[in-house]
Amino acid sequence: MTELHTPPYVVNIGPQHPSTHGVFRLKVTLDGERIVDAEMVLGYLHRSMEKLAEERTYTQNIPFTDRMDYLAAMTGNLGYCLAAEKLAGVDVPERASYLRVIFAELQRIASHCMANGTFVNDCGAWQTPLMYMFREREKILDLFEMTCGARLTTNYMRIGGVAFDVPDEWYPAINDLMAEMPDRISEYEEMLLDNEIILARSRDIGVLTPERAINASASGPLLRGTGIAWDLRKADPYCVYDRFDFDIPVGHNGDCFDRFIVRLEEMRQSVSIIRQALQQLPGGPVSTPVPLALRPDPGEAYACIESPKGELGFYLVSDGGSAPYRWHARSPSYINLTVLKDLSVGLSLADAIVILGSLDINVGEIDR
Amino acid sequence: MLPLLNWYDFDPLHDLYEWIGDNTADEFVYVLAAVVGATGILSFVGLGALVNVWLERRIIGRMQVRKGPNRVGPFGLLQPVADAIKLIQKEVLQPLAADRALFNLPPILVFIPAMLTFSVFAWAPDLVYADLNVGVLFLLAISSVTSLAIFVAGWSSNNKYALLGAMRVIAMAISYEIPLVLALLAPVIFTGTMSLAGIVDFQRELDVWLAFLLPMSLLIYAISATAELNRTPADIAEAESEIVAGFHTEYSGMKFGLFYAVELINSLAVSGIVASLFFGGYSLYGLEDYIPPWIIFIGKIYFFYFGLIWLRGTWPRLRIDQLMAFAWKMLIPMALINIMVAMTEVLLWRELEWDNWVLAVFAVVNIALMVVMVGFFFRLITRSFYRLPRRVRLVHDISVPTLPAPGSAAGS
Repeated sequence: MTELHTPPYVVNIGPQHPSTHGVFRLKVTLDGERIVDAEMVLGYLHRSMEKLAEERTYTQNIPFTDRMDYLAAMTGNLGYCLAAEKLAGVDVPERASYLRVIFAELQRIASHCMANGTFVNDCGAWQTPLMYMFREREKILDLFEMTCGARLTTNYMRIGGVAFDVPDEWYPAINDLMAEMPDRISEYEEMLLDNEIILARSRDIGVLTPERAINASASGPLLRGTGIAWDLRKADPYCVYDRFDFDIPVGHNGDCFDRFIVRLEEMRQSVSIIRQALQQLPGGPVSTPVPLALRPDPGEAYACIESPKGELGFYLVSDGGSAPYRWHARSPSYINLTVLKDLSVGLSLADAIVILGSLDINVGEIDR
Repeated sequence: MLPLLNWYDFDPLHDLYEWIGDNTADEFVYVLAAVVGATGILSFVGLGALVNVWLERRIIGRMQVRKGPNRVGPFGLLQPVADAIKLIQKEVLQPLAADRALFNLPPILVFIPAMLTFSVFAWAPDLVYADLNVGVLFLLAISSVTSLAIFVAGWSSNNKYALLGAMRVIAMAISYEIPLVLALLAPVIFTGTMSLAGIVDFQRELDVWLAFLLPMSLLIYAISATAELNRTPADIAEAESEIVAGFHTEYSGMKFGLFYAVELINSLAVSGIVASLFFGGYSLYGLEDYIPPWIIFIGKIYFFYFGLIWLRGTWPRLRIDQLMAFAWKMLIPMALINIMVAMTEVLLWRELEWDNWVLAVFAVVNIALMVVMVGFFFRLITRSFYRLPRRVRLVHDISVPTLPAPGSAAGS
C-alpha cells in the first residue's frame, strides 16, 4: 500500500484578514490544519516615525506617539513625555502627574476592553463580548473627548505636564463610571470565565514558560500570565504610582486564558488606582511652561512605562538641537509578538488565531 | 365547531379541487394541487429568509447592547429588502483560477435540499405537501446534499481558505450525521412511523410530546443539527476569525446572498424538524382547534429559531478536533444508549401491551437518565479545564532585583 502523500502548504493569514488586528501578515505552513512553520511578515504599516521624528521638535513628536498604539494613545504620550522630561530635566506639577496617572489608567481599561473583547471574538464568539466591552470603552473615550477634544488620538500630554485641565463636568462623569465599572467587570467574569468553550479554546493553549518569557523579553500581561509578578508601576514607579495601593495580578500557567484573566483583573486594579488618584487629586497648575523649541543639553535618556501591552520605552538622544538626534521606541507589541512562532507551531490554525488574539498586538506599534 | 373558523384549513381549496376533478381529468388536479402547494411553501420559505435576516440582526443586536438595523422602513423591517437589492446590484466576481461550472452550481444546489425539507412537514391535519411514509429518512438524505454542495463550492473556488472550510464541512458532516441519524431513530422506533405527519399524530393522540419521552434524542439532535447548520458553536466551516468566510470566501453579490439565505432557511428547517418530531408539530394540547394549526406550527418554528439565534449571539466557537471528539466520544455513545433504552421501552409498551400510563414512567426514567449522562460526560470533558483556578493570583509586593552598578561588567 502506498502512503498518501500530503505535502505541507502555505497559507497567508493577512495582511487582509479579519483577525490579524491590523495589517499584519502571518505566513503559516500547514500540514492539514496543523501548523508546522510560521513566519511573521511585518512592515505593512511602517510610517517611518523614528526617522521623521529626527526632523521635528520635541513637542511636535508627541502626536506620533498617539499613532503608534492607537488603542492606547495616552500611555504612548506619557512614555514619550517622561523620556523627554528626563532628557531636558523638566519638572512636572503634582496635579499634572495625577492627571497623567488617571488618564493612563483609563486608557489601560479601554485598551484591555478592546484586547479582551477581540480575544473572545477570536475564540469565535460572534462579537457579543466585544460589544459589551465597547460599551465601557465608549464612556472612557467620552471622558477623553471632554478633556482634550479627541477620542482616539488624544495628544493630551505635553512635556512638562498635560495640555488642559479637566472640565467641571468631567468629575461626575468619571465618578459615575468608576462606580459602575467593578460591576461591569464582574459581569464580564460571570459571562466569560465559566464558559466551557472559552476554557476549551484557551486553557493550555499557547503555554509560555516563565524562562521563555524572560528570554524573549516579554512584558505586560504576557509576562504576568506566566506567573512572574513584574510591573513597572511597582518595580520602577514613575509619575506618582508609589502613592497608590494596588495589586499585580499574575496567572498560573502562561496560557491564553491566563493572559485573558490577567487583563480582566488589571482593569479592576486600574479602577482602584483611579479612585485613589481622584481622592488625592491636588489643585494647582497642570503644566510647567517649557519653550516650544526645547533644546535639551546633549545627552541621552530612556524612560519606560507600563503600557497596557507591556513595557513601553522611549530612548532619546539629543545633540543640543531642537530636534532629537535619535528617537527610538521600544514597543511592547513588537517584542511580545516574537514568541508567536514558538507558541503556535504544532497547534492548529484555529489555535494560532487565539494565541495571536491573546498576545494583544497593535500593528501601529509594531511597525511604527 | 363553527364552519366560519375553518377558512384557514384551506377547505374551500379542497372543494375547488374536487369540483375541478369532477369536471376535468384527475391528473390535472394532481398537478394543480402540487403547484399550489409548492407556491405556498416557496412563499413561506422566501418570506422566511427575508424575515429571518431582520430577526437575526435585530435580536443579536439587542443581545449585543446595540439597536440593530432600524433605519430602513419601520423598525428597520425593510433592511433585508435593501440588502437583497444591494447584493443583486453588485458585480459578480469570479476568481480566474476557479472552476467555472462548478463555481456557479453550488449557490443553486444548496437551495434545493433547503426547500425540499419543508415539503414533508405537517402544517395542519391533512395539510402536508408530500406525506412520505419515509419522511424522516428523506429529511436525513437530503440534508446530506447540502454538505456536498458546500464542498463543491469550497473546492471550485481554488482558494485555500475555501478549501479548508470545505474540508471541515465534510469532516464534520460525516461525524455528526451518525449521532443525528441515531438520535432520530429513537422517535421512529417509538412512534412506529417515519412519516412526519404520523409522528405528529402519535404525539397528538397520546397527548405527549416526544421531547419529554425522549429528551436525550432531542438533545443529541439539537446539538448535531446545530453543527450541521454551521452555526456557533460549530461554525467552523465559515469561521470568520480563522478562515475569513470559509467555503464562500470567493462568492460575492447574490451568490453569497444565496448561501446566506440558505443558512437561514436551513435554520428554519431544523427548527421545523425539532417542532414536528419532539414538540407535537401543529398540535398544542387542543389549542389547535381554536387557532389555525399552521400558525401554531410556525410559532413553534420561530420559537426554536430564536434559540438558534440565541446560541449564535452568545457562544464562542469550538475547534474542529474538539467538535469531532465531542461527536465521536460523547454524542455517539449517548445516542446508542438512548436507542437501547428506547427499544426496551417500546418492547415493554407495545409488545407486552402495557398500559399507556407507563409512558409517564418512561419519561421520568429517560429524563433522569439524560441528566445522569449529561452530568457524566460534562464532567469528563471539563475535568481538565478546572485543573487550574479560573481567577488570578494577586501579588501586592514584587521583588525587584538590584541592578549592577554602572561600569561594572553585567553578566559574563
